[in-house]
Amino acid sequence: MLDFPPWKIWTIIGTIVLGFLFAAPNFVSERQAAAIPSFLPQKQLSLGLDLRGGSHLMLEADTNDVRRAKLESLEDTVRSELRQVAGGAVAFTDMSTAGGRLSLVITDPSRLDAAVEALRKVTRPLSGLSGGRDVDVNVVDGNKIVLNETDAGVAQSIDNAMAQAVEVIRKRIDELGTREPTIVRQGANRIVVQVPGLQDPSALKALLGKTAKLEFKMVDVTADPTEAAQGRAPPGSQILQRVEGGISVVKRRAIITGDQLVDSQITSDQNGAPAVSFRFDSTGGRRFAQATQENVGKPFAIILDNKVISDPRINEPILGGSGIISGSYTTATANELAILLRSGKLPVELKVVEERTVGPDLGADSIRAGTIAAIVAVIAVSVLMIATYGRFGVYSVIALVINVTLILGVMSVGGFTLTLPGIAGLVLTIGAAVDANVLINERIREEQRKGRGVIPSVEVGFRDATRTIWDANSLNIIVAVIMFAFGSGPVKGFAVVLSIGIATSVFTAVTVVRLMVSRWLAKGRPAALSI
Amino acid sequence: MPLKLVPDNTNIGFVRVRYIAFALTLLLTLGSLALLATKGLNLGVDFKGGLTMEVEFAAPPPLDTLRGKVDALGVGTSALQEFGNPKNILIRLPLPEGDQSAVQKVVARVQAGLKADYGDVKFRRVESVSGKVSGELITSGTLAVLASMAAVALFTWFRFEWFFGVSTVVALVHDVIVTLGFFALTQLEFDLNVVAAVLTIIGYSLNDKVVIDDRIRENLRKYRTMDIGPIIDLSVNETLPRTVMTSVTLLAALASMLLLGPDIIFGFTAAMMLGIVIGTYSSVFVSSSLLISLGVKSRAAPVVESRAERVTRR
Repeated sequence: MLDFPPWKIWTIIGTIVLGFLFAAPNFVSERQAAAIPSFLPQKQLSLGLDLRGGSHLMLEADTNDVRRAKLESLEDTVRSELRQVAGGAVAFTDMSTAGGRLSLVITDPSRLDAAVEALRKVTRPLSGLSGGRDVDVNVVDGNKIVLNETDAGVAQSIDNAMAQAVEVIRKRIDELGTREPTIVRQGANRIVVQVPGLQDPSALKALLGKTAKLEFKMVDVTADPTEAAQGRAPPGSQILQRVEGGISVVKRRAIITGDQLVDSQITSDQNGAPAVSFRFDSTGGRRFAQATQENVGKPFAIILDNKVISDPRINEPILGGSGIISGSYTTATANELAILLRSGKLPVELKVVEERTVGPDLGADSIRAGTIAAIVAVIAVSVLMIATYGRFGVYSVIALVINVTLILGVMSVGGFTLTLPGIAGLVLTIGAAVDANVLINERIREEQRKGRGVIPSVEVGFRDATRTIWDANSLNIIVAVIMFAFGSGPVKGFAVVLSIGIATSVFTAVTVVRLMVSRWLAKGRPAALSI
Repeated sequence: MPLKLVPDNTNIGFVRVRYIAFALTLLLTLGSLALLATKGLNLGVDFKGGLTMEVEFAAPPPLDTLRGKVDALGVGTSALQEFGNPKNILIRLPLPEGDQSAVQKVVARVQAGLKADYGDVKFRRVESVSGKVSGELITSGTLAVLASMAAVALFTWFRFEWFFGVSTVVALVHDVIVTLGFFALTQLEFDLNVVAAVLTIIGYSLNDKVVIDDRIRENLRKYRTMDIGPIIDLSVNETLPRTVMTSVTLLAALASMLLLGPDIIFGFTAAMMLGIVIGTYSSVFVSSSLLISLGVKSRAAPVVESRAERVTRR
């Protein structure tokens, strides 16, 4: 029990030295840490938003939106696909998207099989090995075709939409020029955005809250204004709100969408007012040129997120593939729109469901108060331990200091984030880590009372207490893991420190202390223990 | 001469007073449940949803006037609470309806309103949680507590014997309920951090129980002819110095956190300190004596041990 072969001693010392090296950058300023030679660790603890200040937003996508959008695009695909069936277009009636599924009735029953075959081709296989497809095509009542999105298909579209949304959000936040944003997906339909140092999240939210779906559609000049005012649009047209109030009637079909945009910048219009320029890629440019050529003299609507921004008349074909959007913009709003257009449209609308902003003062106060509390806790526990166990208490205190350093070292090198509850976890660990030493020391005292000699007492003390220490610490690890699995935000930060602390404390309080005790016993050969 | 919090060779009759302890435990549990039913928990923004702002004033504002002023801003009925020191006020408002910027609009309105009356005010933090998210946080918090209880029961059952599992979980349920009762009584804000505290209490209260259970098991093996009552008393007494010392070091560390640490985790630390005290009480007085009521006899030494003994005889 008390024998330590040299390799073991060196492993223990090596571990401690490594821990100190990894923890060291935290005891100097950020600039000094950067100046540490690169063969030594430079990484400092990453602090949670609650300690460094900043904004935390949780965004949620409406999954019904994704479903609806998928259904709409399915409708378009089906229309165009049936037009191109080999052997002539297939006629159909009663197309409906009621009940979240697409149904249509084929007019000529003899073409039913051709239609079904054509539609089966537009369904896509799901990723993975399931062999399923994203849409089920079924025939009911003889000549009615029903297209049903499978659950797995919907899940996959949501997954794709969210992955795309993360990318778009990243681009938008990068445009804000903020430092080290964290953007991660959470669950099936949520994204957590954390921006350190950001005090006013309104600009961020303005950027994240807009889908920025840009469309160009022809204005329906034939529409009857009184009919439109009552909410009735001619077939193939739709009524949209205008940004400055009122309504417009436009054709449903977009002549071009913002997907083909390659660039967008803030600029000024002919009156010198802020405006937003845009440029299409070559395909988009050609389509834009063609559409404007065909419609010279007619007005078209520039639509952002289903609201009409303006409806200029096409004076001449726009051949260069670029143009400007002007309206009542300020420099700030024009810049915002340019960023939105540049970063592409969000595939789904996102809503803020949780928002936390912490000022820098509060974070600094928390760090200061937490550090003081931790230091006082170490002192209080040290005084108690040394007063109670004398030399053995001193050993526990050395182990305690090593333990705290190791926790900081592991967290720095492992890239774990220290949060405010994490500091609380650290302080708690300071109180709890000595429990192992208390168990051992009390056991040694018991053996002493039974009249055992110095070395047998110590040996039995360590041996008998170790089993109990393992039992108790395994249980605590279980609880910490559960806390990590079920907990959110602050609870997780606490669980991380607790788990690391449990692991390091067993090492320091048992192994390191045993090493110190064995060296002392070997060198000092004490005749009696004062414990 | 080293300090001894507990004198050597104590011989306190814990088993003899067990009915008093059981009655007290039952009383505490029922009282806490009654408090939870009548007063309820003062749920924070995490669990209730809504908007919370921590505002620092240059001088302590009178709460009643401040409440009148905030309510007059037309942002809903406010609830105010001093936070840490009289200059820091927590303003709670219902979550504003509307689009993304609704929260910012309310914050801006409160900010402008307060500035007009109180000069420079600092918004230390702003948190808003929607009803849906807060509902999920309640579910996950409850699940976490239940799951750790279940894990603990399973662990003690496999590691020891079923009756240790039962007595431990009974004591733990008591610890958790009394802690919740304390929050109902004091109306300290109950937030996510406190859930972490409750889970930690489960963990550390368990430490005590495992240490005592370990010793009971050991003594059951050692003194095969002794009755279960004296064995429990002996075991609890033998481990008493450790139980007390560990609780004291934990309380010392937590007390420094409570007095000097950040205000935000005051409730968290308070919960933990109370939990340590309650947990220690239930370990010493309740869970071990409960073994007698569960019908454990000294001759019915745990199966694991008798098997171990067979091996040594061969």
